[in-house]
Formats: sequence, C-alpha cells, structure tokens
Amino acid sequence: MTDVVATNETILVVGGGISGMTAALEAAECGKDVVLVEKNPSLGGRVNQLYKYFPKLCHPTCGMEINLRRLRANKRIRVLTLSEVKTITGKPGDYTATITISPRYVNENCTACGECEKAVSTEITNPYNYGMDKTKAAYLPFAMAYPPRYVIDPSLIGTPEAEKAKAACKYDAIDLGMKEETINFKVGAVVWATGWKPYDAAKIQPYGYDRYPNVITSVEFERLMDPFGPTGGKLVRPSDGKEAKNVAFIQCAGSRDRNHLKHCSRICCMASLKQSTYVREKYADDANVSIYYIDIRAIDRFEDFYKKIQADPKVKFIKSKVANITVDKEGNPILHGVDTEGYHRYDNSHDLVVLAIGMEPSVDASRIMPGVKADASGFIDIHATTEAVFGAGCASNALDVNRSVQSATAGALRAIQVINRVSRAEA
Amino acid sequence: MTDLNKAMVETYRNDFLKEVEANVEEGNWVKMCMQCGVCSGSCPFGPDWEHPPQEIFAMIRAGKRDEVLKSESMWMCTSCYNCIVRCPRELPITHIMHGLANYAHRLGIAPKMNPTRRFAKIFWDNIAKSGRVNELELSIRLYFMNGFMKGIKTGLEMLPVGLGMLKTKRLNPFGLFAHGGIKRKGELHKMLKKAYEIEDKRKGFAK
Ligand SMILES: Cc1cc2nc3c(=O)[nH]c(=O)nc-3n(C[C@H](O)[C@H](O)[C@H](O)COP(=O)(O)OP(=O)(O)OC[C@H]3O[C@@H](n4cnc5c(N)ncnc54)[C@H](O)[C@@H]3O)c2cc1C
Repeated sequence: MTDVVATNETILVVGGGISGMTAALEAAECGKDVVLVEKNPSLGGRVNQLYKYFPKLCHPTCGMEINLRRLRANKRIRVLTLSEVKTITGKPGDYTATITISPRYVNENCTACGECEKAVSTEITNPYNYGMDKTKAAYLPFAMAYPPRYVIDPSLIGTPEAEKAKAACKYDAIDLGMKEETINFKVGAVVWATGWKPYDAAKIQPYGYDRYPNVITSVEFERLMDPFGPTGGKLVRPSDGKEAKNVAFIQCAGSRDRNHLKHCSRICCMASLKQSTYVREKYADDANVSIYYIDIRAIDRFEDFYKKIQADPKVKFIKSKVANITVDKEGNPILHGVDTEGYHRYDNSHDLVVLAIGMEPSVDASRIMPGVKADASGFIDIHATTEAVFGAGCASNALDVNRSVQSATAGALRAIQVINRVSRAEA
Repeated sequence: MTDLNKAMVETYRNDFLKEVEANVEEGNWVKMCMQCGVCSGSCPFGPDWEHPPQEIFAMIRAGKRDEVLKSESMWMCTSCYNCIVRCPRELPITHIMHGLANYAHRLGIAPKMNPTRRFAKIFWDNIAKSGRVNELELSIRLYFMNGFMKGIKTGLEMLPVGLGMLKTKRLNPFGLFAHGGIKRKGELHKMLKKAYEIEDKRKGFAK
C-alpha cells in the first residue's frame, strides 16, 4: 500500500507538467509539504514532447534537468505518478483528496537497464510520439523520464510476455501482482495544474486531417524533428517519406472559431514561427515555408522574433484563413482560399501541411468540484472560484512556458497563504 | 436617383455601415467580420463574384456605398450555406448577401438586367398574387424574360420536359387560364400589405 504522509498543512499539486513541477518546487522551497500527483508514468507533461522552445530555441530537456535537480534535492515533495485525483471534498484548509494509483508493475529496484524491453516483442502505440509510431510494451516513456523507471503496459499482464520480462530483470524490479490502489489523505490547499490537450483536428472537417496523411498537427510536427521521434529526426512526410521542404502552416486551426474553440490559443503563432526555423534548419535554402494567418499574434515581447522570421525570404506570410484542403495524385495537399491583401484566389500545393492546433484544457474546470468555476472555454476562472483550488499554467489559460511558470508561482503563493492561515489557527 | 435612395443618402451621410446595420437584414453582423476570408474561399461560385463576401464587408466599412449596392456580386449567392457553416464568427453571410441584394432592389439601384433579380421579381409577383406558385406561368415568363425569339427557342427546347411533366400529372395545362392558388387570397394580400407597412416603418422607408 502506498503510504502518503500529509496533513491539512500539505499542498496538493495536481498535474506534474512544467507548471505543476514549478508550483510544487516553489512551495516546497518555501518550507511547505507538497504531494505532486501526475497521471502519466513520468513528470514533465507536454514540454517533453517539444523539440525546441521559443524564443531562445533551446531544448526543453535543459530546463527540465534543472527542475529535476531541484526536485531530487527537496525532501518535502512526495511525487505520485500514474495517479489521478478522483475527488476532493471538504473546505479550504481542510480537504480530503482521493487518489487512484494505477499499477506500473515495476518497483523502485528498477535501474532502467532495459533488459525487460529487449525480452518482450509486443508493441503498443507510443503516446510520447502522439501515436505516430510504436514502442515495446515494456518501456521507458522517454530518455529523460523521471522517475527513471520502466513501465509494463497492462495489456501484457497475464501473457507469457510478462513472464519473459520478469525473467529478464536482474534486480527483481518487476512485480506482476501490483494492483490499482485508492488512497485518501488530508491537504489544506490545491494547485490545479492539469495542463492542456491539442484540439481534435479531425473536427475541422474542411482540412481533412482524418483523410489526408500529409496534413498533420503542430504537436506532431515537433515530434518529427526530435531524434527520438517517429522518423528519428528526419523531416519527411507521412504518406511516402518524401522530404518535406515546402511546408504550409495554417494558423487558428480550431482557435478563434465559434465552431471549435472560442478563445485564441495564444502560443500557436509563436509555435509556427518557431517551426519555420525547423524547416530552414533541415533544408537551408531548399526550404519554403508559407504561413497562412488571420493576424499574427506574437505575444508580448516576441514581436522581435516575428520580425526576424518576417525578414527571411524563404518564409512567406499569406493573410488568409484557408477555406479547405484537397490532395492531388501524388498526395500533395492543395490549399484553397482567398487572401485578404488583394482578394486573390489561390490553390497552392505543398509537401506537408501543419495545422497550428489550438489548446484546450485537459480537464474541464467545471468538473473539478462545485466551488471551482470555469470560464467559457473550460479553463479555471480564478476570480469566480471560491475553493482554495488555484489554477496554474495551461489549466488556467492557454499559455507558453514562461507564462505557465509565472502563473504556477502565483498559484503556489496563493496556496502558501492558505496553509499559513491554517498553521496560525492551529498554533 | 430614386427618392428613397436620395432619402437614405441624406439620412446616413457617409456612414454606410450604419445604414447597412439599420436597413439590411442581419446587417448588424457586418462589423463582426474579422477578414479571415473563409467565406470567399468556401463559396462554390466565388471565382465568379466580382467582390467576394469578405471584400463586400470590407467595402461596407470603407463606405463604398455605390460600389456595393450597384454590384452584381451578392446576386450570385445560391444559398448553399457553406460560408455560414464555416464562418469562425458565425456571421449569417448568406442572409446578409440576400439582405443587401434586397435593399439595393428596394432603393431601385440594383443592376436592372441582373438575371437573379429579374427571376426573383417574377417569382415573387407570381407567388404573391395567389399564394401559390403557378409553374406554367412562371416558366413561360422566364423563357420570355430575354425577348420573344429567345422565349420560343427555350420553350421548344423544354418541350419534351414539359410533355413528360404533363403525362405524369406534374403540370396543370390549364394553369395559364386559371391561376389557381389558395382560398381567400384577399387575406394574403392584406397580410403582405401589413408586413410591408411594418418593414417600411421600422426601416424608415415610409414617406
Ligand atoms: C505546437 C506547440 C508548440 C509549443 N512550443 C512552445 C515553445 O516553443 N515555447 C513555449 O514557451 N511554449 C510552447 N508551447 C506551450 C507549452 O507546451 C505549454 O506552455 C506547457 O506545456 C504548459 O505546461 P503545463 O504544465 O501547464 O501543462 P502540461 O504540459 O499539459 O502538463 C500537465 C500535466 O498534468 C497531467 N495531468 C492532466 N490531467 C491530470 C489529472 N487528472 N491528474 C493528474 N495529472 C494530470 C498531465 O499528464 C501533464 O503531465 C507549445 C505548445 C504547442 C501546442
């Protein structure tokens, strides 16, 4: 049975992405006890799946490493992975959280040596690469995974493959008898950092994401660049493996659209500007990028970044929301529409189309508990919320990493204030 | 210039957007357009419009009154509703196009020979007379819309279709002499008159 020591002076952080990690670290470094609950097998959330970060174009692993070092150095944070918050009941300063923990079938003895992976042949779709490839059913979620511990997929349990994995382990780390557990503990305040998910691109019917293999999403595009991605870092298109040199980006794919997400997802303009540099990185002067946009919203100080990309002769900006996509015999997507600067009708052929997909909250805030209020898009509305549940990062809005981390720090500070009131009352 | 047109120019001076908002069906939506262009790109007849819907919205805001109202463009709309379905701001674009066309017609400045306008007029006169469309009369009027010889020619071309319809009882051969229609047509005419009155009053068309 998983044992968690917690009191009503403990802060519960739900979601172990960059925001949840930040909130947990900030609170713990201020001397508070924290339980960090993550539903995936490892921490870090979606930034792990990015190739590079705007605006500096550094690799996310770097920032992640710093956070993991802080985490390992701190005794006040208890991390629970493969865990989901089921309910939170009670009142500010006195909550009971109910958590279900799914079995990993691998215990602390694991050294991530990889022998179990070699021993099994069953494969599952790889969530790390958004299902674009497969991974073994005994797997380390990704190279930088924390905790650095393997996972046995539940589909393996009860098969001879599971026994093979167990037999291959020299450290007695595989425990096929693990069961799902439900645990309860007390907490005083909650930081809710469950993040975002990409909008379902198939719902944007005229773009044919579900029909055309060479129409992909921006999150998938990030994976194509990664050496650990489905193509080993080659920028090729899915239908025939042809080099994707002529790439189109469609902005507001699902965002700012009353048929889809009402809100502006805020980061997609910067994401596409950043991704235009990926195409240049791979194909230098053979690269041709077209960005179809309504208006470019390079949030805040990122205008400089936009200006730099604008000056690139290989990046074309077309002021138009694409009306629909068809494909020709070679599988090239053809974009149809009318531009706003002159009302020219176009039918442009590209190698690959990237939908700059919108962000929606991964958990609808109105479902958390009655006192937590959601805005029109399902993000936590902190002003209307009466519980000591504080939104952080993309659970509270569509944000980039910089702003997510700021909001996580703010969330931690609010939670600390609640805990301080509890301690004073009990002193 | 018709009197009504003159009066409207007087009333709204240079504020064509305001004029559209007040007088054109669903005209108050025009300001919501964010110029993304999905409507124009989605229009199956788009390539044949001089000014696609997105451009018309921009022209309205730019005060290009004559260019808009005298344009043939909005008469091209076939009500396929592709634009409405796709518009990210849910503008009722089809209705606005019809609203603009209708308004230009009321002002008497719509393009006289525009075939859609002429068809719409023939259709309306036909149905308003008796409350039901008399198809024989409607088609004959349509055939002869562009002159006597053209009418004879089209009529002959359509003869096999007409005979087929006669045989299957889809066409009343006496339609030309007895218009048919609903009972108590007078009541319908009163209703239409009242509706015109209300509309004229609301839009300030009444003299
Ligand atoms: C294409 C694209 C490119 C981007 N590029 C950049 C960039 O270059 N620079 C930049 O600054 N930003 C970028 N972003 C934005 C960046 O991804 C986000 O700002 C960041 O992921 C937010 O982190 P988060 O922790 O709030 O959410 P997430 O990363 O979504 O983390 C949330 C965590 O909560 C967990 N969770 C969810 N539900 C539960 C639950 N019920 N119980 C427990 N745990 C749960 C999830 O498993 C996840 O680990 C990009 C976004 C996109 C779409």
